Amino acid sequence: MKQLLILGAGTAGTMMANKLAPVLDNEEWQITIVDQFETHYYQPGFLFLPFGIYNKQDVIKPKRDFFAAGVNVIFSTIEIIETDKNQIKLSDGRLLPYDYLIIATGTKIKPQETEGLADGGWFKNIFDFYTIEGAVALAHFLKFWEGGKLVLNITEMPIKCPVAPLEFVFLADWWFTEQGIRDKVEIEFVTPLPGAFTKPRASKVFGDFLAKKNINLTPEFNVSRVDWENNKLISWDERELNYDLLVTIPTNMGDDLIERSGMGDELNFIPTDKHTLKADGHENIFVIGDATNLLSSKAGSVAHFQADILFENFLSAIEGRPMRAKFDGHANCYIESGFGKGILIDFNYDTEPLPGKFPLPGIGPFSLLEETKMNHYGKMMFRWMYWNLLLRGAELPIGSQMLMAGKRL
Amino acid sequence: MSVKEIAGKMIEFDDDDFMADYTVWDQSVAEVLAKEEGIDPLTNRHLEVLDFMRKEFEENGTAPSIRKLNKLNVVPTKELYSLFPGGPAKKAARIAGLKKPHGCI
Repeated sequence: MKQLLILGAGTAGTMMANKLAPVLDNEEWQITIVDQFETHYYQPGFLFLPFGIYNKQDVIKPKRDFFAAGVNVIFSTIEIIETDKNQIKLSDGRLLPYDYLIIATGTKIKPQETEGLADGGWFKNIFDFYTIEGAVALAHFLKFWEGGKLVLNITEMPIKCPVAPLEFVFLADWWFTEQGIRDKVEIEFVTPLPGAFTKPRASKVFGDFLAKKNINLTPEFNVSRVDWENNKLISWDERELNYDLLVTIPTNMGDDLIERSGMGDELNFIPTDKHTLKADGHENIFVIGDATNLLSSKAGSVAHFQADILFENFLSAIEGRPMRAKFDGHANCYIESGFGKGILIDFNYDTEPLPGKFPLPGIGPFSLLEETKMNHYGKMMFRWMYWNLLLRGAELPIGSQMLMAGKRL
Repeated sequence: MSVKEIAGKMIEFDDDDFMADYTVWDQSVAEVLAKEEGIDPLTNRHLEVLDFMRKEFEENGTAPSIRKLNKLNVVPTKELYSLFPGGPAKKAARIAGLKKPHGCI
């Protein structure tokens, strides 16, 4: 029996198991998926928790409900990946050999990487919203907050879902308006990037939205430490910024397992071929989703498009055929902009987000780089699609390769 | 693409205004580029960092990140910011004659 081992049962790992289970001959292949946690989180929903739009129950389901028949599931932490022996060692010492390995161990926030961040102010007036604990604690804080200066800070790039920080301040503007205290809240968006976003046209559009919503933008701020006793952010070049409430996107890093196994770069992300998704230097290892070192966004939509590519390339690899499917860096992100509207962006390695209609050229129903109610419905509809189609490995009506049709240069 | 005469050499620059060919770089070129970035004089400590970055670039095809320079004990982040004020990753790469560091998309 040949062994396909998948590490990580988040969005990417679960999709891969479910796409491959029906097509691999079950007399020839055993698929095993390993994860340390039994709960699957709908991570795009974390954004809505602080504002009470979703509650905890809306974003969690048991992982067991999502694996195709025949997939062997192991809930355990992993001690190390031993690539020279084609095996992994679980924390209890058990060895799992593999013929092929797919690594989908994702990325995590590491607030400890910044001096003073995960210290006395943590979960008092400093919160993240990239974990369920942070998002729920922030929701509780906001219920009682009477106003002051809210600073949203991105510590360093890359981060998971690079649009989420913008969505957070857009929603905060809406939510404080609804609460009747918008005039008592100052909102500041503080980023190491030169503008509101990574690419010029989208950066300009989002910058205009920030200005329109009376949200201050502080670009090129690289935070070195947090003086939590005096509520100050201090940059590497000694600029200081005051806050009353700090919502932080801490440094994002790949799993510690990757470092222990000597497979990662300085952020524990795994060097990966940007087109085939094969791990550099390993013929029988693939990497998918947030665990790669690719310059594509770390986002569920990217994992989904990569899954289509990896599916093709994996089947080629095990039959000894050349890998012909090429990932193009495609990402597709719905951005909540508050007041029941949203903005949509669609882009890849070579093409920055452009205006236009999506997915049907000239028709839509969604509008690219524009704020519409329909884009908001797309975002809200997506949770159903995630649980019922995407995780189960079903085809979605959006191609894995980005299309220029419908976009305006 | 543009061509400038620097330290007696005709040197090509790409659309980002970074050197098109890092192999034609030498210390006298670096001194001129450093002045353009507001760094004068270029000290031995600057040159140590630049040398390391060029070696990394030769091996990996990209300039190392600030985090990598810190992790490998080449230069602590705080010192790097004081050596190359106002954007060390980009400035140091440009003075080292390397391509503009990749950003995320």
